[in-house]
Amino acid sequence: MTAAIKIEGLSKFFRVGFWGRRVQAITDLSFEVRRGDLFGFLGPNGAGKTTTIKALMGLIFPSGGQAWILGKKAGEVGVRSRVGYLPESPYFYEYLKGLEFLDFYGSLFQIPKKVRVKKAEELLKLVNLEGAADLHLRKYSKGMLQRIGLAQALINDPELVILDEPMTGLDPIGRREIRDVMVRLRNEGKTVFFSTHILSDVEMICDQVGIVNKGKLITTGKLGELLNPRIEYYEISFSRLNPAELEGLKPWVTNTFQDGNLVHVTVPAEEHKDGIISRVQKAGGTIHSVIPHRESLEEYFLRQLNRSG
Amino acid sequence: MYKLFAIANNTFKETIRDRILYNILIFAVILIGFSYFLRKLDLLQDPRIVIDLSLACISIFGAIISIFIGIGLVYKEVEKRTIYTILSKPISRPFFLLGKYLGLLMTLLVNVAIMTLVMYLALAFTERGIDLGILRAVFLTYVELMLITMISLFFSCFTTTTLAAIFSLSFYVIGYVTDDLKILGAKSGSYLASQATGLLYQVLPNLNYFNIRGAIVHSLPISLEQILLSTAYGIFYIAIFYTLSIVIFSRKDFK
Ligand SMILES: Nc1ncnc2c1ncn2[C@@H]1O[C@H](COP(=O)(O)OP(=O)(O)OP(=O)(O)O)[C@@H](O)[C@H]1O
Ligand SMILES: [Mg+2]
Repeated sequence: MTAAIKIEGLSKFFRVGFWGRRVQAITDLSFEVRRGDLFGFLGPNGAGKTTTIKALMGLIFPSGGQAWILGKKAGEVGVRSRVGYLPESPYFYEYLKGLEFLDFYGSLFQIPKKVRVKKAEELLKLVNLEGAADLHLRKYSKGMLQRIGLAQALINDPELVILDEPMTGLDPIGRREIRDVMVRLRNEGKTVFFSTHILSDVEMICDQVGIVNKGKLITTGKLGELLNPRIEYYEISFSRLNPAELEGLKPWVTNTFQDGNLVHVTVPAEEHKDGIISRVQKAGGTIHSVIPHRESLEEYFLRQLNRSG
Repeated sequence: MYKLFAIANNTFKETIRDRILYNILIFAVILIGFSYFLRKLDLLQDPRIVIDLSLACISIFGAIISIFIGIGLVYKEVEKRTIYTILSKPISRPFFLLGKYLGLLMTLLVNVAIMTLVMYLALAFTERGIDLGILRAVFLTYVELMLITMISLFFSCFTTTTLAAIFSLSFYVIGYVTDDLKILGAKSGSYLASQATGLLYQVLPNLNYFNIRGAIVHSLPISLEQILLSTAYGIFYIAIFYTLSIVIFSRKDFK
């Protein structure tokens, strides 16, 4: 089976200003998204996520390289009937009402009226907008627009869903709901490809991630494999240790932080951990907690970004 | 076909609720109504003044409406970013343009119909009565407006609304004075001027072909052939500008 998304050497530059200065948005991007995966496309602001997605949807024409979706050249009209797309901070025809809006987009797929309306009602329920079916989009809040945008992307029951920052503008509950919808779609066998710059969005749910920065792909792979599984450091908290003893611990800890009675120290080396614990206890201190720290996605991200400059 | 209608219908819904459009229309309707009262003045007893002024209103205000709805069409979709979702559906770009254009023609039809109705209302009180022959002039004016709408749409594919308005308006004006321009250019004695005005005359549509208003007002005979030829002339230019629009629109990056 062909990949859901395949990108090969994709480049895009824009011309800006009076003199047509070149701005390189993406450079020689190549990666694949397998069918059935929930793929997080991760990168800081201006990394080139939106540009990549627009090229996939045929909204912009690449300056170099090629892209395929569901085995068809990106930009082909026919294949779009099997794809759903939510643009970044979407705007819609504001004079339409919620249900009317979904009905209109359904009609562009030539879905029969009856099926369409039923599907539209289902989707409104899915994104928790049942109450807003008869409300003009003009009166929707930002979060509501984001939700109806997601519903709009699903009206044709797509095999591949491409979402550009689906969670911006949503409160924590809204974010969770969207996350649940994405997981549900994946569980139904669909491919979900979404972009974000928020790490916690991908940390919990993604099968695969791709990381971009400054228009270049930094890495792709399984999240668990990308992250360093080794324990990076321990954070030990204790109380009632006399200052002289605390001073004596200094060579083995990198960070000391006093918080009322509690002292937190960071121990970078695993082999020193037990020594420090017993030393504190011998001197009459009380250990409160010992927390091992693995590399978080956050730290991984920073490490990769630093490396790529 | 169904998709085409869906887009056209949505465009119609969008444009028909524009306040500015209503203001233009109301102004036109008032002017047409006013022509009836002009007739009451002793000097202008003739009912022809009603027809003359009404038809002129339909043409001029129709052109303003055409330009107004045409120029914002593509630009607004891009500016408001509504175009991303539409074009991500299985709709080709030429198809999208065509659907939008058809929607505008629906809006235009409603506007012309309202102005025509008001004209007949005013005429009903004169000795000319409801003369359906006048509809021939209205029809050709509508063809003219179809062309102006397409030209505005063409400009809206690559310039801002303001520039597109200026260009479309120039087109409208030049379309009427192109004959005079050519004569003027030839008389000027300057080789460059005569060549330039000659070229304008050759290339740009001559809107006088759609103007049978004078003949209608004075009840002169008009052959069906003339009407059909003018219609074909209009459709020919619409096809040309649609093709040009497609060429530009199909290569556009929606960034
Ligand atoms: N229309 C445009 N004209 C000029 N430069 C552009 C244009 N669109 C994007 N760029 C540039 O291309 C780069 C990538 O932009 P892009 O919008 O793809 O980033 P992104 O990853 O989606 O960022 P964000 O998280 O902020 O949405 C940026 O440097 C941006 O300045
Ligand atoms: Mg973006």
